Amino acid sequence: MTEVFGIPIQALLGQLLLGLVNGSFYAMLSLGLAVIFGLLGIVNFAHGALYMIGAYVAWLSLEKFGINYWFALILSPLVVGALGVVIERSLLKRLYKLDPIYGLLLTFGLSLIAEGVFRDQFGVSGQQYAVPELLQGATNLGFMVLPNYRAWVVFASLAVCLGTWFTIEKTRLGAYLRAGTENPTLMQAFGVNVPVMVMLTYGAGAGLAALAGVLAAPVIQVTPLMGSNLIIVVFAVVVIGGMGSILGSIITGLVLGLIEGLTKVFYPEASSIVVFVIMAIVLVIRPAGLFGKEK
Amino acid sequence: MSDESPQAAALRPRSPAGIEESGKATFPRDRLGRWAWLAVLALLVVAPFVGIYPVFVMQALCFAIFACAFNLLLGFTGLLSFGHAAYLGAAAYATGWLVRSAGWSPELGILAGVVIASAAGLVVGLIAIRRQGIYFAMITLAMAQMIYFVFLQAPFTGGEDGLQGVPRGKLFGFIPLANDLVMYFVVLAVFVAVFLFIIRIVHSPYGQVLKAIRENEPRAISLGYDVDRYKLLAFVLSTALAGLAGSLKALVSGSANLPDAHWSLSGEVILMTLLGGLGTFAGPVLGAFTIIGLQNWLSDKVGSWVTVIIGAIFVVCVVAFRRGFVGELKAWTERRRKA
Repeated sequence: MTEVFGIPIQALLGQLLLGLVNGSFYAMLSLGLAVIFGLLGIVNFAHGALYMIGAYVAWLSLEKFGINYWFALILSPLVVGALGVVIERSLLKRLYKLDPIYGLLLTFGLSLIAEGVFRDQFGVSGQQYAVPELLQGATNLGFMVLPNYRAWVVFASLAVCLGTWFTIEKTRLGAYLRAGTENPTLMQAFGVNVPVMVMLTYGAGAGLAALAGVLAAPVIQVTPLMGSNLIIVVFAVVVIGGMGSILGSIITGLVLGLIEGLTKVFYPEASSIVVFVIMAIVLVIRPAGLFGKEK
Repeated sequence: MSDESPQAAALRPRSPAGIEESGKATFPRDRLGRWAWLAVLALLVVAPFVGIYPVFVMQALCFAIFACAFNLLLGFTGLLSFGHAAYLGAAAYATGWLVRSAGWSPELGILAGVVIASAAGLVVGLIAIRRQGIYFAMITLAMAQMIYFVFLQAPFTGGEDGLQGVPRGKLFGFIPLANDLVMYFVVLAVFVAVFLFIIRIVHSPYGQVLKAIRENEPRAISLGYDVDRYKLLAFVLSTALAGLAGSLKALVSGSANLPDAHWSLSGEVILMTLLGGLGTFAGPVLGAFTIIGLQNWLSDKVGSWVTVIIGAIFVVCVVAFRRGFVGELKAWTERRRKA
C-alpha cells in the first residue's frame, strides 16, 4: 500500500474526507452566523442549539412517526426555522438598540434551556440515526473507498452554501438583505418592511443550522451537547475568516475542517485545539481575519 | 498616572443611569452602603456559629471573589470575557497539583495559582485585545475552550476524574487550615481584601481611565491614552483575582476538576454579575450567593432542570432585568429621592 510520511494513504484520505465533512458543517454554521450578525447585530450563540434541535427533529420524526430522511431534510429546517421566528419576535427584537453583548448573553441562555430540556428528555448518551438506504455503502474509487453518505454531506452542504452565496450576492432579495445590513432606516424609508425581513432572516439562519443538524445526524451521535461543543469552534472559524464575506466563511470553514483532519492523522492530541491555535496566529498576523475588512 | 485623572474625571458625568457612579457626589448613599456592608460582614462572621454550613459559605465566597474579578472587567471596563472559568480552573489545577503532589505549602500553592492564572491571562489578553466588542467575547471563549482541552488531555490533571485529595496543610506553617472554621476565616479575610482592593482600583485614576474606555473608547484614544495597555492590565488583574478564587476553591473542596474550567462556569459567572448588578460593587457578591444557593438547593430536587432554570434566569435578566438587584435598588432610591 502507498504511504505518505509513514501513513497509509487510505487512512490519510479517510481522515481528510472526515475533515471535509466537519468543514462543511463549519461552513454552513458560520455562514448562518455571519448573515444573522450582519442584519441583526447579534452573535447567535443559540446557533449550536438550533443545529442540535434540527438533528433531534430528524431523529424523533423517524423514531416516532416513521418520517424518512429525505422528508426530514425539509421538515426539520421548517420546524426549527419557525422556532427561530418565534424567538426573534418574542425576545431578540427587544435587544436591537442595546449593546451586542446582550444578544450573545440572551442566546446563550436560550441554548442552556434547550440543552437542559433535551438532556432531561433523552439523556446524555448519543442516539444513532441510520444512514438512509439510498446512500448506504461505499464506492471504490481505486485509490480510496468513498463512503457514499459522507460524499453526499460534502456535496449537499457545498450546494447549500453556494446557493446561499448566490441568493445573497446575485438576486434582488439578496440585494435587499445587503442594503438592510448597510442601512436599515433607509430601507424602511424605501418601503421595505425591515422588521419582517429581519424576522425571516433569523428564521432562515435557524433553518440552515437545522439542515446542518439533519445532515450531521447519521455521521455523528445525536446528543444534547453536540451543539455547544461545535458552536465554540465555529466562533473561532468566524474570527479567523472575518464575518464580512460570505465566500470567505465557506472557504475558511472547509479549509479548517481539512486542517483538523490532517492534524488527526499526524498529531491526534492536538486535533481538538488546532483551530484555536490557528485563530490565535491569525489574530496576531491579521487582526481583522483573513477575509475581514480593517475598520 | 495621577496627572491623567482630570481628563478621566471630565468623562465621568456621561455614564448612563443604572451603572454605579463613583466619587464624592454620592457620599450619603455611600455611607448607607457602608453600614449595609458592615451588617453583611457581621453576618458572615457569625454565620458558622449559628449553624450555617461553613463549607457552603466558603464555596460561595470563592465564587463571589470570582464574580468580583469578572465584574472588574465587564462592569468597570466594558470587556466581556466569555472564558473566565479557564483562569479559575488553571489556578485550581496548579494549586491542587503543587500542594498535593509536590508538597508545596498552601500559601506558595495559592501564589503559584495566581501567577499561572495571570500568565494565561496575559497571553490570552494580548491576543484578544486585538479585536473589540463582541469579537473579544468570542476570542476569549475560544481560547478558554483551548485551555479546557489542554486540561482534558494533560497527564497531571487526572482527566475526567480530576485531582482529588488535595490537603489544606498549614498556612505559613502554623495556621491549621484543615479545621473548617479556621479555613472559613481565612477565606473570609481574603474575600474582604479582594473586595476592598477592587473598590480601591475602581476609584483610582487608573480605574477612572478604565471607565472612560468603557464609556467611549475612541474618545479615550483621542485623549491620548494607550487604551490597549489599560485594557490588558485590567484583563490580567481580573484573571489574577479569578485565579485566587480558583486556588482557594481547590483548597476548600480539596479537589480540582474539569467543570472548574468549563465554559458553563464562564457563563455562570456572567449570570452572577448580571443578576446582582453589572458595574456595582455589591452586585457580583449578591449574585454569586444567589446562584450558588439556588444550585445547591435545586440540585437534588430537579436534576437536569437546573440548567434550564439557569438559562431562563439568563433570558429574564437580559430582557427585563439588566440592572440587576443592586442596580434596580439604586434606581429605586434615586427615584424616591427625586420625588
